[in-house]
Amino acid sequence: MSNVFIALQTNEDTRQIIEAIVQDNPHAVVNEQPAMVKIDAEGKLIVRRETIEELIGRSYDLQELQVNLITMSGNLDQTDDEMILYWNA
Amino acid sequence: MHIDLQTVSIKPLRHTFDNIARRIGADKPATRYQEGTLDMQQTANFHYRPTWDPDHDIYDASRSAIKMADWYAFKDPRQFYYGAYTLARAKQQDTAEANFDFVESRGMATNLPDSVRDTVLKVLTPLRHVAWGSNMNNASICAYGYGTGFSQPHIFHSMDQLGIAQYITRVGLLLGSVEVLDEAKRSWVEDDTWQGLRRFVEDSMVVQDPFELFVVQNVVLDGLLYPLVYETIIDDVLSSQGGTSVAMLTQFMTDWFAETKKWADATVKIAAAESAENKAILAKWIGEWRDRAAAALLPVARIALGERTDELMGEVVQQFNARMTKAGVAV
Amino acid sequence: MDMQVAKKKLGLKERYAVMTRGLDWTPSYQKMEDIYPYMAYEGIKIHDWDKWEDPFRLTMDAYWKYQSEKERKLYSVLDAYIQSNGHLNVTDARYLNAVKLFVSGISPLEYVAHRGFAHAGRQFPGPGPRVACLMQSLDEIRHAQTQIHAVSNYNKYYNGMHDFHHAHDRVWFLSVPKSFFDDAITAGPFEFMVAIGFSFEYVLTNLLFVPFVSGAAYNGDMGTMTFGFSAQSDEARHMTLGLEVIKFILQQDPANVPIVQRWIDKWTWRGYRVLTLVAMMMDYMLPKRTMSWKEAWEVYFEQNGGALFKDLARYGITIPKCTEQIALEKDHLSHQAWGTFYNYAAVTNFHTWMPDADEMEWLSAKYPESYDKYYRPRMEFWREEAAKGNRFYNKTLPMLCQTCQIPLVFTEPGDPTKICYREVDYKEDKYHFCSDHCKKIFEDEPEKYVQAWMPVHQIYQGNCFPEGTDPTVEGFDPLAAVMKYYHIEHGRDNLDFEGSEDQKNFAEWRGQATKNA
Repeated sequence: MSNVFIALQTNEDTRQIIEAIVQDNPHAVVNEQPAMVKIDAEGKLIVRRETIEELIGRSYDLQELQVNLITMSGNLDQTDDEMILYWNA
Repeated sequence: MHIDLQTVSIKPLRHTFDNIARRIGADKPATRYQEGTLDMQQTANFHYRPTWDPDHDIYDASRSAIKMADWYAFKDPRQFYYGAYTLARAKQQDTAEANFDFVESRGMATNLPDSVRDTVLKVLTPLRHVAWGSNMNNASICAYGYGTGFSQPHIFHSMDQLGIAQYITRVGLLLGSVEVLDEAKRSWVEDDTWQGLRRFVEDSMVVQDPFELFVVQNVVLDGLLYPLVYETIIDDVLSSQGGTSVAMLTQFMTDWFAETKKWADATVKIAAAESAENKAILAKWIGEWRDRAAAALLPVARIALGERTDELMGEVVQQFNARMTKAGVAV
Repeated sequence: MDMQVAKKKLGLKERYAVMTRGLDWTPSYQKMEDIYPYMAYEGIKIHDWDKWEDPFRLTMDAYWKYQSEKERKLYSVLDAYIQSNGHLNVTDARYLNAVKLFVSGISPLEYVAHRGFAHAGRQFPGPGPRVACLMQSLDEIRHAQTQIHAVSNYNKYYNGMHDFHHAHDRVWFLSVPKSFFDDAITAGPFEFMVAIGFSFEYVLTNLLFVPFVSGAAYNGDMGTMTFGFSAQSDEARHMTLGLEVIKFILQQDPANVPIVQRWIDKWTWRGYRVLTLVAMMMDYMLPKRTMSWKEAWEVYFEQNGGALFKDLARYGITIPKCTEQIALEKDHLSHQAWGTFYNYAAVTNFHTWMPDADEMEWLSAKYPESYDKYYRPRMEFWREEAAKGNRFYNKTLPMLCQTCQIPLVFTEPGDPTKICYREVDYKEDKYHFCSDHCKKIFEDEPEKYVQAWMPVHQIYQGNCFPEGTDPTVEGFDPLAAVMKYYHIEHGRDNLDFEGSEDQKNFAEWRGQATKNA
């Protein structure tokens, strides 16, 4: 199965987002690089608004991810509650 | 000798890029607008002709009847490069957001007099389609216009119009429903009231000369539409009938028009001042398209203005003519 | 947040549909073919524009809000970097030559992308792709301008960047990136989307940005690094547009599949050839290296791209055949390219040098199959010759590939001792190519590629001298005249890093910042 990935800038805002992603995706692998964190996952990766909100203590719009997103890989499906990266093959 | 370890005073070799220095007359500090605008568009040694338009180069001044010795004579008085543009719009977006929250949280939408609500929905909601046409036309001018000084503001204008279409949509949803939007579209496509305007918009979509299209869309159509709908109908007439909350919901459009008018006027002025030929071409375009636009807007105006339509429409046209005269084109 | 509605709360998908899809209508006063004149000629068939899926459902108010946040952060970092003379913190001034390459080669392309996406956005009838393309057009002028603003400070203190627009349109090696984007924007809107939206912005983007941006981070260039990360977040949206374009076109009609396959093959190869400059930058121009070109290709194309093409197999798309040759060139590309620029360093707007002993060790370790066997001997020889005062600068103009416009320096796939030459007779002329793939691209559209403004031919035809030059005078030096036409100052912008004004100034200024008088 192919890997999807998401890469975020390393800063105060993303620390808890990364924590949330790791929580919701136990199969994900975190790769720390200069000023950047790359999260690889086999087949599928889900970013959940609710989990992030619990960790940051305020309401969160998934569109806010745009400010710190660096790059990603996979098909994207986005709703108010989840951002999902996936491959079909 | 004092050394400040935080900031060492070293002497730069030059203040700006050579092409900027050539244009501003000397090697001196340049603004971010200048560095981000001057000579951005390639002008020489193209490799291939467009397969979609083999009679022209990729960027080709001859696509327009307007002739300029230097297309960088066009300068945006707002000095909008991407950063300045986005910051300005974000502030306006904040205000718009606060206004929508204010109106919604105090139930001002439901408390609108029925007649005012109906009029607003009838007049305003179909205009989201006119804004869509403007988004498309401005994309065209950006793509086919010559020189970044002229073309750049058009991508901002294009996306502004998409934003306006979306604000209008939100007003429609707040004061009405999804069904109201569907009805407005039906009205736009079928009702007599709107066919003059729809024909105008569709005709504008086949205008090939990018400068003419700038005149048709940004000078003439918006130059009549915005004063008519946002200043006259919403801010004056409907507000006096209990509709001030609507004026809050359309504040973005009112402020936007006041700002962009400066750029549109400056552009007309520069083109007209270049030559008698340009001036004559502009006068012809503005005059002909203005008459069509005014006629197309009359039935739309009537929805809100009733028997005052001819009087107020006349004023809007007169003010437009005065504005053009000030910009150097008597129409 | 932005889209609260009092009565019926619409989900993200429905809200977005109402904010974009509902806006268009079917025209009746003008014909579709007149409003959208370029939709048929490429042979692509679209039956239902409504089948377009919008991945990032961004409305304009959210766009302005988030983009302004990015801009604020970016410019405050840039301003702080400028105020503190941050440029003195780069590892060493050789690094700045990567910046010169970037601003003269890549930044102008961002502008062409801006115009190209405005064109594509205007020409597609569907509101979904229209909005995505126009948003990208807006993003691309952001990239062009933020890059120039970041580099503006370097231009004040270092040489070679002073007239980069002028250079981009004229200098011999810059016709490589310039012709690439000219090729894309002169193609039809569908091909443009496959070339740039998909092949460049999805398949190859990480091979351009990660090396430059990581390179910047590793070498103390906070300005470029900040720009890079900030721009990359826009790239995520561009990538999803590129992927959606491909899936949408392929799903609309089976007749589209072979056309799209041909475009993917062509543009993967053309894009790869442009990336030659990146390969050489990664392996030779970064004092502190991040990874080798070979490693970058393996991670970002072979692994990542592999997953992508497995996914696309369901539509009948296969991985481009040229990837076989690219895999064979992995061990050779950067070395052959750097050798070329070292040779031609008299006619470039950036400095060159030979790697020192430590750097050669790194190259040996990263390229165990090839570096010591084929490239170290010549590089050590050049280093020795330079030390003896025999630094040789090639003044004979090279033959260029008609398609990619790189000099014919690449070797036969599988035999790095033999230069690869291909040729085609077309009408009354003979055309030359670096590879089978460039040759095929020409053969598929000869009428297009014969138009190219080939820098070497143009010089020989006398079109690259300043206006008013008389080439018949006694002692005329054509290359000196070409340098004037290029606005490259001999002895200041070109030649070796060793002994350059950049080197001298950087050392002096850094000395000022770290030592007492």
